[in-house]
Amino acid sequence: MEGSLAKESARKDILPGNTTKTLVPQVEVARVVKPAPPRYRNEIAKYIIRRSSDCTLCGKCAEICPHGVHVLKPGYKLFSAPHLNVCVGPSCAQTDHYCIDLCPNKALQMVENPMLKAMGDYRWTPDMLMATWRMAETGEPPSPEYGYDYQTGASGGGLDRLRFKFPEKPPVELSDDEIDTSIVLNRRDDGRPQVKIDVPWYGGGMSFGSVSNVIQLSKARAAAAFNTFTCTGEGGYMERMKPYDDHVITQIATGLFGVREETIQRVRIVEFKYAQGAKPGLGGHLLADKVTPAVAKMRETVLGISLFSPFPFHSVYSIEDHQKHIDWIKHINRRTLISTKVSTPNDVDMVAVGSYSAGTHIVHLDGGYGGTGAAPDIAKKNIAMPIEYGIVKVHRFLTDEGIRDKVTLIASGGLRTAHDIAKAIALGADGVVVGTSELVALGCIRCSRCESGRGCPRGIATTDAELARDVDVEWGTQRIINLYSAWRKELVGILKRFGMRSISELRGRADLLMHLDYTNDVETR
Amino acid sequence: MPKKYHIDTKRIPPRLPKTGKFGIVDWREDCARCHNCVKKACVFDRYRQEMQFIRDLDEFSSMFFECMGCFSCVQKCTKGLLALTVNPEYERMGNGYYTPDIILTTWNQAETAGIPVSGAGYRGKFTGSGFDSMWTDMSEIVRPTRDGIHGREYISTAVDIGRKPKVLSFENGELATVLPPLVDVPVPILIDMFPAEYRFPNLVPMLLTVAHRTGTMMVIDWEDHELLGEYRTKYLSNIIFYVGKDALLPPAEILAKSRLIEIADSEDVEGWIGQLKAVNPDLVVAVRVELDSRGEQRSMELALSPVVEVIHIVADINGNQVGVERPRFIKDMTRHIHTSLVKEGVRDEITIIAGGGIALAEHMAKEIICGADAVTINMPLLIGLECRFCTSCRDGFDCPVKIESITDEYGVGRMTNLIAVWHDQLIEVMGAMGMREARRLRGETGRALFFEDIEEETFGRLFGKRISA
Repeated sequence: MEGSLAKESARKDILPGNTTKTLVPQVEVARVVKPAPPRYRNEIAKYIIRRSSDCTLCGKCAEICPHGVHVLKPGYKLFSAPHLNVCVGPSCAQTDHYCIDLCPNKALQMVENPMLKAMGDYRWTPDMLMATWRMAETGEPPSPEYGYDYQTGASGGGLDRLRFKFPEKPPVELSDDEIDTSIVLNRRDDGRPQVKIDVPWYGGGMSFGSVSNVIQLSKARAAAAFNTFTCTGEGGYMERMKPYDDHVITQIATGLFGVREETIQRVRIVEFKYAQGAKPGLGGHLLADKVTPAVAKMRETVLGISLFSPFPFHSVYSIEDHQKHIDWIKHINRRTLISTKVSTPNDVDMVAVGSYSAGTHIVHLDGGYGGTGAAPDIAKKNIAMPIEYGIVKVHRFLTDEGIRDKVTLIASGGLRTAHDIAKAIALGADGVVVGTSELVALGCIRCSRCESGRGCPRGIATTDAELARDVDVEWGTQRIINLYSAWRKELVGILKRFGMRSISELRGRADLLMHLDYTNDVETR
Repeated sequence: MPKKYHIDTKRIPPRLPKTGKFGIVDWREDCARCHNCVKKACVFDRYRQEMQFIRDLDEFSSMFFECMGCFSCVQKCTKGLLALTVNPEYERMGNGYYTPDIILTTWNQAETAGIPVSGAGYRGKFTGSGFDSMWTDMSEIVRPTRDGIHGREYISTAVDIGRKPKVLSFENGELATVLPPLVDVPVPILIDMFPAEYRFPNLVPMLLTVAHRTGTMMVIDWEDHELLGEYRTKYLSNIIFYVGKDALLPPAEILAKSRLIEIADSEDVEGWIGQLKAVNPDLVVAVRVELDSRGEQRSMELALSPVVEVIHIVADINGNQVGVERPRFIKDMTRHIHTSLVKEGVRDEITIIAGGGIALAEHMAKEIICGADAVTINMPLLIGLECRFCTSCRDGFDCPVKIESITDEYGVGRMTNLIAVWHDQLIEVMGAMGMREARRLRGETGRALFFEDIEEETFGRLFGKRISA
C-alpha cells in the first residue's frame, strides 16, 4: 500500500498557494572554481624542509621553486616561514628544480612531517585530510606528485578494502562533457515535482547549534551552486537561508525543535530523521554550552539548557504511524518530496521497504560509523552496521521486491571521498550524503572536540560568535564549491574509464569492484 | 514501578597528572612573545594551565599533557615554532589488550562518572579481533522503550544468579515447584579477585564498600578474609567467598548468613555443593572454571549436573584462553558454551558468569549478548585508580602511582564512579536495542551483528570467499 496522498496531482486546485511554489526569490551562486587559500598561517604539510645554519641567504631556492615554497620577501634579509603545504615532496627530485639538491651549501633537508602521527585517525588519514584541504583550495584533484594516498583510509575494512576493477582501456572513448553525474530524487510517479540534482550527493544534516550559521550558509550556497541540497538538521533554520530554500532540506527529528509549518512549506524536500548513524537509537543531544540565545530562540527552548531529542518519535511505533507522519507533511507542503533517514540495524532492508510503502521518496541510510556533533563513544563504535553492508542489503532487497526503481536510495555514514561515493553507488546506492568532508574542507582537523565547551576550536562546530568569526561565508562557500568540483572531476574520471555516460549506469555494479580480502571469483553480472 | 536503581556519584579528581595523548613541542628561543598561542589560539586555555602547572610542580618528572590535539596553536603560531606530537609515554601505556585509549577513557570515567562523549565520527578500525568483531544492533522504529540515562521509562539491569527451574508446576492453583534460592544483583557486574601479581591488600575493604554502594558483590578468597576487617560482617551480603581446591570451608556462621559462595572446580564438585547446602540450603553455590584447554567442555559437563547452579568461567586478564598456544577469546568461548547449553535444553536452568578481558562497558554488553548472565571485572577497577598498567607491581617493584596509599574516599569514589558509568552505558546500548531487561539481553545474538556473518551475507555473495582475517 502506498501513502494515501500519493496520487494527488488532480487535487492541486484546493492547495494553498504557498505550498506550490518557492516563497522568496532565490539567489543563484556561480559554480566557479577560484583559489581559496587555507585560513591558517601555518598549513600542515606532508613534508617539511629544514634550513640549517649553512644557509647563506643566497635566495636560489626561492628562485627555482615553481610552487613558491620558499619565501624571501623583497627588502627582507631573512626567509619567511616556508609554504610547505605546496611542496610536492620527494617526487620533486625527478625535476630540475629540486631545492634540496640545488642548494649551493646543502643547507636544506626534507623529512616527512613528524606531526602527521598526531593528526587524523584510521578513517581519516593525514593524507586524506591534506588532500581534501588541497581540493578545497584548488578545485582540482591533488596532483599525483604530492604523493597523497587519499583515496582510501586505513580502517582495514569496508570501503577501504574495495577497489575498482578498471578495464585497461575504456570500452568507449568519452569526453568529460558527455558524462552526466546527475540523479533524480523522485521515482514514485506520484504527481509531485521531479527533483534532479547535478551531482550524486547532497550535504548532510547539521543543525544551527551543532555548527555555526556561517557554516550552514556556506553549505547552502555551495549546494545552490551545484544544484544540489544541504540539510538543516534538527532545530530549524535561519531567515538568512531563505534565498536558498530551493536547495535546503529541512529536517523533522524526534525533538521537533524548530519545526513549524512555515519552515516545512519553504522547501522542496523534508527529511524525517528517525536515527543518526553515529548514535543509532539514542536521539539527539545538544550540550548546554551551545544553546546560545539565538539557538534557544530558534528552537523555542531555554538558554543554556542541554537539549535532548528523544528516541524514537513517540508517535511512531509502526509503518502505519510513519505513513501518518508522511501524509501530514505532504498535506502541509504539496510540492515537497519526503526523505526518511534511518540508521542501519540488522533489519534495515525491512525498514526501507516499509518506508517506501508509507510513501517516502528517498530512503536515506546513515551507517554506524557516521559523523556527529556529539555522541557517546560507545554508540559511535558499537551500534548498528557500517554503511557498506546496509547499502548491499537494502539494494538487494528492494530489487528482489521489484521496487528498486521506485525509490531513491541515499547512503551516508563515513563516506569521505569521491572514490567512496563511487563505491557506494556501485554497491547499490543512487547517491550519497556527505558531511564531515565539507567540514574538513573548511579546516576541520577531526580533533573530535565538537561537543566541548564553546564548541569547535576551529570555528566550525560552534555557536560562539568569536570562534565562528574564523570562517567567512564567501570563503566557506568557495572551499566547498572547490571540493565539489574536484570530486565531480574524479567521478567523471571514474565513469570515463568504464565508458559510462551516466552515474546511474554505475548503480549496483558491484561486479566492477573487488575486495582485497576476497577471492573475487563470483560472477555477479 | 519499583524504585529506580541509581548509584550516587561525584567527581573524584586524579592524584597525578594524566598521561595524555598529545604534547606541544616548542622552541622558545625563537619565540616572538606574541602570546597568540596563549590568548587566542588555544580555546581550551591549556597554555595558561600549563604555566600554572609548572609553577605548582612538585615532582621533577611530571609533564603536562592535557592538549586536545586541535592543532590551532600550531597553525596560528606567528613564527611557526610549535609542533604537536603524540606523547611517547602515552603510547607505552598498557599492553596489547588494554590499550592507551582504554586506559585514558577509564581514568576519565572513574573521575567524572560521565559517559564519554565526543564529536566527529568513529575514528577507529573497521573491525578487529575479540569484542571488536561484533556490533550491537538497534531497533529502528518498533521498540518498547527508550530510557537512556535521562530517565523516562525503566530499563532494568538486574540479573538473578542461581538455578532456575525448567518449568513451574501447580496443584490446585498453588505453586507446587520448590523454587531454588536466587541472588539478585541490580547490575550485571560483579567484582572478581585480582590475579595474585596485581593484588593490593589495602583495596579489599574499598572494593567491598564499592560492592555495597552499587548493590553488587565481590569475590574474595576465603583465605584473605582477614583483610576485610570489620566489613566482613557489616557487608557480608555483598561478599562471595571463594574456596580453593584444598582450602577449608568458612565456618558455619558465615555460611549461614552468606548469599553466594564460589568454589574451585574439582572432581567432587557435587559433594562440595552438598556440604554447603547442608549448612545453608539457601546458599547459592558457584563453581569457578578456568577457561583452559578443557574449560569449555568442563563448563558444559557441569551445566548438565542437576545440583550445579552457577558456573563462573574465567579467562586471563586479556580475555584469552589460559595455557594454550592459540587461545580462543572469551566472547567465542562464552558463545560456544551458551549455544551448546541451549541445544542441550538446559541453558535457562543455569547461571553463567564470565570474567577476563572485560575492559570496557561495551565488552560487558557484548559478553552478555554472547551468553553470559553477568560479568566479573577486576583490572578496569585498578585502572580507574590511575594504574598505568606498567606491571611494576607484577614484577615486584613499587607501584609508581602509589595505589597502596590511596584514601578510602578516593578509591571507593573512583571505583563506584566507574561501575556507575558502565551501568549508564549498558542502559544506552540496551535502550538503542529496545531491550527493557538485562535478563533478556543474555544470549540475544539476534540483537547483534557478527563480522564474519555479515561479511559472508553481504560481501561473500559479491566477492567470493574471504581469504584473510
